[in-house]
Amino acid sequence: MHPVEMLFDALLLLSMVVLAWQGVHARNLFRAVVSFMMFGLLTAVAWVRLEAPDIALAEAALGAGLTGALLLATLGRLDQGGRATRLRTTFMRFSLPWMALGLAGTTLLLAVTLALPAPGLDEAVLRAMPAAGVDSPVTAVLLNFRAWDTLLEIAVMLLAVVALWSLGQDVLASTPRLPAPALPALVRLLFPLFLLSTFYLLWRGGHGPGGAFPAGALLAAGLVLALLAGARVPERMTGAPLRCALAAGLLAFLMVAVGVMADRGVFFAYPPQHAPILIAMVEIAAGLSIGVMLTALFLGGEPTDVEGGPS
Amino acid sequence: MTAFYLAGALFLLANVVVALARVLRGPTAADRMLSGALMGTTAVAVLLLLYGATGIEALIDVALIFAILAAMAVVTFVRRTWPEDADEDRPREEP
Amino acid sequence: MSALAGVVLIVMGLLFFLSGTVGLLRFPDVFTRLHAISKADTLALGLVCAGLALHADYGALQLKLLLIWLLVIVSGATCSSLIARAALAHGIRPWQR
Repeated sequence: MHPVEMLFDALLLLSMVVLAWQGVHARNLFRAVVSFMMFGLLTAVAWVRLEAPDIALAEAALGAGLTGALLLATLGRLDQGGRATRLRTTFMRFSLPWMALGLAGTTLLLAVTLALPAPGLDEAVLRAMPAAGVDSPVTAVLLNFRAWDTLLEIAVMLLAVVALWSLGQDVLASTPRLPAPALPALVRLLFPLFLLSTFYLLWRGGHGPGGAFPAGALLAAGLVLALLAGARVPERMTGAPLRCALAAGLLAFLMVAVGVMADRGVFFAYPPQHAPILIAMVEIAAGLSIGVMLTALFLGGEPTDVEGGPS
Repeated sequence: MTAFYLAGALFLLANVVVALARVLRGPTAADRMLSGALMGTTAVAVLLLLYGATGIEALIDVALIFAILAAMAVVTFVRRTWPEDADEDRPREEP
Repeated sequence: MSALAGVVLIVMGLLFFLSGTVGLLRFPDVFTRLHAISKADTLALGLVCAGLALHADYGALQLKLLLIWLLVIVSGATCSSLIARAALAHGIRPWQR
C-alpha cells in the first residue's frame, strides 16, 4: 500500500471516530446532528476506500439526503430545553464501564473478523452468477440469491410507516411561510434531475453499482425537497393511491415470489430464462415504493388535507 | 499520477478536519451548518480525486449523488430547524 | 501537455479549498463566512472538475463532471441566500468594522 494511502486512511478513521463521539456526546443537539451528518459523508468515502462502491452509493444517497433531513426536521419539532444536558450527566457517570464494555466488544469483533475465512462468499456467488439473470453480483445477491432477506427488509419498512402513521399528524400541518422565491425555483430545477437519477440508478443496478435502495433514497430526497419548497400531496393522491404506492414494492415482490412457484414449486426460485425481466420488475417496484415509504417516514404521519396551500 | 491524486485527496481531508473547528465553536447554528456545506463540497472533490487514483467509475456516480443532494441539508435546516418566523423568545441556540 | 494543465488546475483548486477553510475559520460573522464557502469552494470544485476532465479520455465522463459542477453552483448559490436570510431573520447583525 502506498504511504499516502495509509495516511489518508488513518486520517479518515481518526476524523470518523471524533465525529461519532461528537454525534453522541455533544452538549448541543444541533452540533450532534451536524456531526452525525458529516460522519455519514465520511462513511461513504470510507466505503469507497474499502472498494465497496455499491454500499458507498447507498450510503451517499441515504446519509447525505434523507438521514440529515429526518434529524433536522425532528430537531425542529423538539422543545430544546435542558434535557440534553441531563441525559449527558447521567450517561457520563456510567461511562467507564461502558467504555470497558465497548473496548471488549471491539476486540472480540476484531478477533472474529480475523478468524473468518478471507475471501468470504465471493467464490460461491461468482460460481452461481451465470444463473442469476443480472450482471451485477450485488444485485444478484440482493434480488435473487438472498431475495428473501430483501423482501423482509421492505416489509419492515412498511411496518415502520404503519407504526408512524398511527402515532400522529404529519409535519406539514405546521409549515412556516416560504423564505424566498429562490427555493421553489431551485426545486423546480432539481426535481427532474432527481427523477432522472432515480431511473438511472434503477437501470444501472442490473450491471453495476446502483439498484433499488439508492434509487429509492434519491426519489425520497427529491420528494422531500419538493415538500419543503411548499409542494403539497395532491388531495386525490392521499387515500387509496398513496397506500397502493406504499405497498407496491412488497406486493410485487410477493407476487413474483409466489408466482414463480408455478414453475418448480419452490418459493423465489426464478426460472433462469425469465429471471432478468422478473428481477427488473421487482427492482423498479421496490425502488419506487422505497422512495414513497421514506417520504412517508419524513412526513411523520398520514398526510392530512392542508388548508388551501399552494400545490 | 496516482500518488498525485492521493496526495490531493489527503490534503482535502486534512483541510476539512481543520474546518471542523467551526462546528465546535459555532457560535450560531448557521455557522455549524456552513461547515456541513463545506464538508459536502469537499467530499465531492475527494471522491473525484479518488476516482482519478483508482479509476473505479462508480465513484463519479457517488460524487454526482452528493452534488444533487448538496442543497438537501441546508433546505431542511432553513425550513424546519431554524424557520424565519419561529418564536423568537424560544431559545434555539446554546443554553 | 493537457496532463500538465490538468495537474495545474487541480493544484489551483486545492489552494482555493484551503482559502475557503481559512475564510471559514477567520472571518468574523456568518455573512462573511458565507462568501468563503460559496465562492471559494464552488470555484475550487470547478477547477478540480476541469482538471479531471482534461485527464479523462471520453465524453460521457466529462459531461458528468460538468453536471456535478453545475449542480454545486446552483445549490451553493441558493443555500447561501437561504442561510443569509434565515440568519438576518433571527436577528444576527452583519459585522461592521
